Amino acid sequence: MASAVIESSKREGRLHVTLSGDWTLARLPTPIATLEDRLQELTANDAVWDLSAISRIDSVGAILLWRAWGRRWPGSLEALASHRSALERAATIPMDRRSSQRKERFAWVYVLGGLILAAGKNMRDIVALIGQLLLDTGHLFAHPGEFPWREFSANLFKSGAQALPVTALVGFLIGVVLSFLSSLQLKTFGADIYIVNLLGISIIRELGPVIVAVLVAGRSGSAMTAQIGVMRVTQELDALATMGISRSLRLIFPKVLALSLAMPLLVVWCAAAGIIGGMVSANLEMGLSYGYFIDALPKVVPVANVWIGIGKGFFFGMLIALIACHFGLKVRPNTESLSAKTTTAVVTAITVVIIVDAIFALLTRNVGMPGGG
Amino acid sequence: MSASDVQAIEVRGLSTRFGETVIHRDVDLDVEVGQMLGLVGGSGSGKTTLLRAIVGLLVPNKGSVKLFGESVFDADPTIRRNLRRRFGMLFQQGALFSALSVYDNIAFPLRELRVLDEDMISELVYLKLGMVELEPRHAQLMPAELSGGMIKRVALARALSLEPELLVLDEPTAGLDPDLADNFVKLIRMLQKELGFTVVMVTHDLETLAGLATRVAVLAEQRIIACGTPAEVLAVDHPFIRNFFCSEHAGAVMQKGIV
Repeated sequence: MASAVIESSKREGRLHVTLSGDWTLARLPTPIATLEDRLQELTANDAVWDLSAISRIDSVGAILLWRAWGRRWPGSLEALASHRSALERAATIPMDRRSSQRKERFAWVYVLGGLILAAGKNMRDIVALIGQLLLDTGHLFAHPGEFPWREFSANLFKSGAQALPVTALVGFLIGVVLSFLSSLQLKTFGADIYIVNLLGISIIRELGPVIVAVLVAGRSGSAMTAQIGVMRVTQELDALATMGISRSLRLIFPKVLALSLAMPLLVVWCAAAGIIGGMVSANLEMGLSYGYFIDALPKVVPVANVWIGIGKGFFFGMLIALIACHFGLKVRPNTESLSAKTTTAVVTAITVVIIVDAIFALLTRNVGMPGGG
Repeated sequence: MSASDVQAIEVRGLSTRFGETVIHRDVDLDVEVGQMLGLVGGSGSGKTTLLRAIVGLLVPNKGSVKLFGESVFDADPTIRRNLRRRFGMLFQQGALFSALSVYDNIAFPLRELRVLDEDMISELVYLKLGMVELEPRHAQLMPAELSGGMIKRVALARALSLEPELLVLDEPTAGLDPDLADNFVKLIRMLQKELGFTVVMVTHDLETLAGLATRVAVLAEQRIIACGTPAEVLAVDHPFIRNFFCSEHAGAVMQKGIV
């Protein structure tokens, strides 16, 4: 099992080249380029090639020789029939194989247009999904026995109950940090007690819903997309369809409903943790007593803020589940598509939540502000 | 040649079990270089498990597996890696990388060697595509766009990309219609004749077995109950072999294959 060897000698005025050893991928000496240069040099001298001493040759060896010969059979060649067939195979590789890639001059216009069309199509499909879910709701009113209770409660548990620890932790820490940084500022004005107003409004109305939405989009939204996507890859969606079971009713409806109900509860839970964190921090930093904080909170934060927070939670939950399910259904049966759609689902969900939050802020600007109209 | 002294595959005292279920008990198996061995057995008899143990996807509870005289679980990672470059595996579902095009799937093992330039890789890819009778225009397709028969062909091209000395086939014709299966068997037989690799395959399809295997090993009762040429195996008197081969149709197929 020797590696590839080239020997050359001058006989009767012509260059004779003898190749021996294994001309196989595993046995070729590296770097291959050196070997190739040598072969090309010999070809240029119009040598007589003797390949009969080669013990084995594979396609790599054959292509190497064929390329060195300039894709032509050399003038005189001696080779065993089996080796010759390997060379013949290398000779039949089609040359005009590269599909010429057209370069568009205004490629960016196509990219931009493609993005806009894709966005439009996604929008249309989500509207269609909402319509389907409304039809399902109507169907369930007519046939209450078909309500998917098991799926609903499973989703409520997975996206609600199991999210309690992480939302509490994050809410608490945000409350601590916000309270700590604000109290440093408020102390310089001697406005210590306004920490209650600041924390109450910001956490209950704004931060609670948004933080929970981001967490839930990353946690449950991605899980929903991946689950539905894998069901597509493994043809489980097709199996459901052949059994005559509506996937929107059994898969999507319970997810959307469960998240729409779980999110407001998570928002309350997270906001409560945030307020407690802020309270602890205010107590440590400024010596504000817990009793005063709890007493003052309902006086300075109108109850409307709680309802706004809960309302946001409901809408955010519904949007996250809808977007996650929509992109889950868009997964094509390959791994690349699965990861791309899961990413898109989470990014889209968070972006949409922030946009909707801004719309909420505009629409409710006169509601729930102390001293406001 | 001295290489022919070494067995392509040498399994000694292999035992595997999953929990309480014993799959293999002291299995011995030898495959000589250039042979085409068909592993048959009933459902759940551990054919695929044995195949996975041979290629090193599964660590057996006891026993050893050697390919070309070297252990697939050698302590030296370089030996392990070089050994894995000497065989190619064709998975039942193809196991093509779905994120890569046909071209990149076949080029992948070649690129991983890091000794070939991109021109050479390109030539090799189109050579392999030609070998499995696919056209150059198929190279840019994605696996999701391929039919079942084409997936098998691309997977075969990928398995052959490193010029393996051993080709391991897991149900090579499962999921193909008889016509396509027949073509695929012919293709593998033709390539084997040209390239001279050793073949080990698991199949439950008698046509495939008759068309390809020069030797047959029968797995039943957690061990290999018979191993030899198809004629020798047919002559063994065992209830499983009688059931498996000696139905009227099966007998006809095997006879045809032997002749």
